[in-house]
Amino acid sequence: MIRLEKRPQPSKLWIALTPVLAVIATMIAGGILFAMLGKPPVEAIRTIFWDPLFSEQFAAYSRPQLLIKAGPLILIAIGLSLGFRAGIWNIGAEGQYIMGAIFGAAVGLAFYPMEAFYIFPLMVIAGAFGGWLWAMIPALLRTKFNTNEILVSLLLVYVAEFLLQSMALGALRNPDNSGFPGSRNLSQYASASNPELFTGTGIHWGVLTAFIAVIGAYILLSRHILGFQIRLTGQSERAARFASVNPKRLVIFCLGISGLLAGLAGMFEVSGPSGQISIDFNAGYGFTAIIVAFLGRLNPVGILLAGILMALTYVGGELAQIMLGLPAAAIQIFQGMLLFFLLALDVLSNFRIRFRKGGIA
Amino acid sequence: MNLKTILTGATLALGVAVSAQANEVVKAGFIYVGVPGDGGWTYEHDQSRQAVEAYFGDEVETTYVESVPEGPDAERVMTQMALTGVDIIFTTSFGYMEATNNVAAKFPNVKFEHATGFMRNTPNVSTYSARFYEGRAVIGTIAGRMTKSNKIGYIGSFPIPEVIRGINSSYLSAKKVNPDVEMKVVWVYTWFDPAKEADAAQALIDDGVDVILQHTDSTAPLAKAADAGGVIGFGQASDMAAYAPAPRVSSIIDNWAPYYIQRVQDVMDGTWESTDTWDGISTGMVKIGDITDAVPADVKAEAMDLIAQMKAGTFSPFTGPINKQDGSVWLADGEVADDGTLAGMNFYVEGIVGDIPN
Amino acid sequence: MDLSSIDLVTLVAALMVASTPILLAAIGELVVEKSGVLNLGVEGMMITGAITGFMGAVATGSPVFGFLFAALSGAGMAFLFGFLTQYLLSNQVATGLALTLFGLGLSSMLGQGYQGVRPPSTPRLDIPVLSDIPVLGQMFFSHDLMVYLSLVLIVLVWALLKFTRAGLILRAVGESHDAAHALGFKVVRIRMLAIMFGGACAGLGGAYLSLVRVPQWADGMTAGAGWIALAIVVFASWKPVWILVGAYLFGGMTVLQLKLQVANIPVPVEYLSMAPFVITILVMVVVSALRGPGFVGAPAALTKVFHASN
Repeated sequence: MIRLEKRPQPSKLWIALTPVLAVIATMIAGGILFAMLGKPPVEAIRTIFWDPLFSEQFAAYSRPQLLIKAGPLILIAIGLSLGFRAGIWNIGAEGQYIMGAIFGAAVGLAFYPMEAFYIFPLMVIAGAFGGWLWAMIPALLRTKFNTNEILVSLLLVYVAEFLLQSMALGALRNPDNSGFPGSRNLSQYASASNPELFTGTGIHWGVLTAFIAVIGAYILLSRHILGFQIRLTGQSERAARFASVNPKRLVIFCLGISGLLAGLAGMFEVSGPSGQISIDFNAGYGFTAIIVAFLGRLNPVGILLAGILMALTYVGGELAQIMLGLPAAAIQIFQGMLLFFLLALDVLSNFRIRFRKGGIA
Repeated sequence: MNLKTILTGATLALGVAVSAQANEVVKAGFIYVGVPGDGGWTYEHDQSRQAVEAYFGDEVETTYVESVPEGPDAERVMTQMALTGVDIIFTTSFGYMEATNNVAAKFPNVKFEHATGFMRNTPNVSTYSARFYEGRAVIGTIAGRMTKSNKIGYIGSFPIPEVIRGINSSYLSAKKVNPDVEMKVVWVYTWFDPAKEADAAQALIDDGVDVILQHTDSTAPLAKAADAGGVIGFGQASDMAAYAPAPRVSSIIDNWAPYYIQRVQDVMDGTWESTDTWDGISTGMVKIGDITDAVPADVKAEAMDLIAQMKAGTFSPFTGPINKQDGSVWLADGEVADDGTLAGMNFYVEGIVGDIPN
Repeated sequence: MDLSSIDLVTLVAALMVASTPILLAAIGELVVEKSGVLNLGVEGMMITGAITGFMGAVATGSPVFGFLFAALSGAGMAFLFGFLTQYLLSNQVATGLALTLFGLGLSSMLGQGYQGVRPPSTPRLDIPVLSDIPVLGQMFFSHDLMVYLSLVLIVLVWALLKFTRAGLILRAVGESHDAAHALGFKVVRIRMLAIMFGGACAGLGGAYLSLVRVPQWADGMTAGAGWIALAIVVFASWKPVWILVGAYLFGGMTVLQLKLQVANIPVPVEYLSMAPFVITILVMVVVSALRGPGFVGAPAALTKVFHASN
């Protein structure tokens, strides 16, 4: 009979080992899947995990792309992780991401075609504000009326998507495009663009901000009283109340910071890699970031690594489609399996496995 | 097997001395916004990709990436595709316009073909699109003849020129054969959401509409029409033959194959040039699917005649006199709309009730 | 504004059809959450049900078998979730999201070759006598079997939770798994059953989309319906009857905005499309404000990991 025994402390060894094991398990299971589809399994796995990083043909391009793809994921996930630790569920980062992009782009476009150094900083502030504002709706409804924040933040994603469509077709549409949807390209408007800062690295302001957020969150959680309150609330709400944590303030703070960071991510994306507001500007970053947050075990450094791993499966997955003709659906299943294995094997870091003869669980 | 052995093998097989240039395999890449299995837009692009493979056989290799979101992801996928050494890349959605031009600037030796856009910043970018509105004139004629309630429904995706052009074209043609016809437009704000399209079709049917036209890609409206009975519709983007002979009485098919084959041929011959193509029924880029027996013979003949006229280039659906919705004159008698106005069309013609959103 | 042109009879009839997928998924998820488990993978289970139901119906020519397959495969997907969260104690939020990702990929893979195929039609079941009542007959009593089944399910779940011992145990597990465990209940086994019931319902909801409401198979055709179902559960504050209200309200708004367009009533379309979501939020706020600050409504053990340490 197998049974689990809780470790007094999560095992450091297994925390480090489980992701590696999970990746190996996914490679095996994924390889079987690819083989069943009639594709060479070893080559497929190599294309996904190795080529974007080390292939002569692609790596020079793909490596910076990993950071570009991972940047917004990490930035959003860091914000979400603070709330998740305290049991505050913001599922609507996608909506806050969209609103950040709309606000940021609107400010930039309002100045067009003027060139000035202060435009980009203003856009950053506007983007952060847009995301924050969108997150304040569930925050205030929760603190004032006790309305569930999961529901409100999630439904607001759909509202934001409709606003985005309306903006791309209406208020923010490029007047020079003769009726076609989509805004002007911000990346071609010097004062409003978010360019690559160091050539060939892929690092733009958004990626840099993501790194800063990782460090900031690390310090907040380990050194600051607010971080202590977050961790305490997550562990035991009652204990937190005895330690005179103000739960309403915590809700406002956690939702606010996650909305703000998601808004920033959207703003950096719209002014940089994406360049413009379009009908389908959002590509699911807000939802994928939730997965990244959990993959990283809600730990800032873990989120950094998880974000890059997730980006690797996207970039490598595309390569596998181009090179081997793997269907996109197979890549999706592959990603799902990776998550399952990571989550499943996590049990090893928190529990010991005991074998007992004939016992009853 | 490396490229050299392939080349040697091919040369031997041909048994004649051919220049290496002519023998090199041309690689064509495709970027899809959906999956080939969407049964509509991407499906037709993929059919045409397969047609390229079938036509050229071993002389061509194709590859594609599906479900590529518009924006930075598209740019990355195109770049990676260019890095693998493809010769020509077809990017098959309007939203890829900026990305296509950005990547094209970085790879001057790779040809880029962007569907439905207008931006050609570098000499290695071409744009191509189809005059779907010509097809809509044909089905608009059938719709006008077939409706008994004189109410035609139109499911619109987004209020953009492409869609508005289709609404105007089908309305004008329907009105021509049936002056009492009324057009009901429903905007669903999506290209592809079968459930929402089904609801929209149901709402139209409940209102007494008995012919449904759609500018969205799923077969849901046809299924609803089949369910209701006595309602007809048309295949959109692909043939949707599963619903023939009724409710699907005909269809507008996007047939990219002739264009794709031509462009790949141009790459092989070294004659590829940056162009802007806007083809319709005359070149076969827009095809009208089989008109079923549910359509009376005289109506079918009328539709066939219209197709013949457009093939011959003697008829354009936007030929004056046509007024705008507000009653102001748009085209004088005999005047034909110019492509610029058509490309940016943002108004309804006279007779259509309702406002264009935004 | 002239609303007289909106025909109430067809509006109600259409909204019942439009609401049924989310209704089915939501009532299943309610049972899951009542047992103290949050499964965010509803979308993934729904889309899996949509394709397996479609495949089953096409293969056998019978929609009944289709729905059966859909329920089984939904339960199978849920089993995967249950195994990870209940036996391997993984995080429920993350596992649910992973399930959605997995389900979308799996369905797309299974569905290759099923596009454009026409499924066997699900017959309408006119209830004798009742369907002949003028107006009301067409509104309420002239639907297919699944519409009635979804309503019966609501009543059954309500009765089960309210009157039966099984319902009491389920709620006890959801409120405090430690107490329930101390009383000798098999917490994990009960939760597994609830999770699989939820999966089966989500599968049915998906199949209703692909076999009745649309009906066709298309990649990603649930288009967020699973998320709406999750929202409806919270909206309903975990009360079965309110699931019905929430789902019909949401479906009603969706249908109504299309009908307003058809009737040419001048309201801005792009904002109308948002209406179902905004109104759901507003109703939710009013309901929670009326209840006062002390009320939570959620099962106390929701998302908490259970591990019997003795």
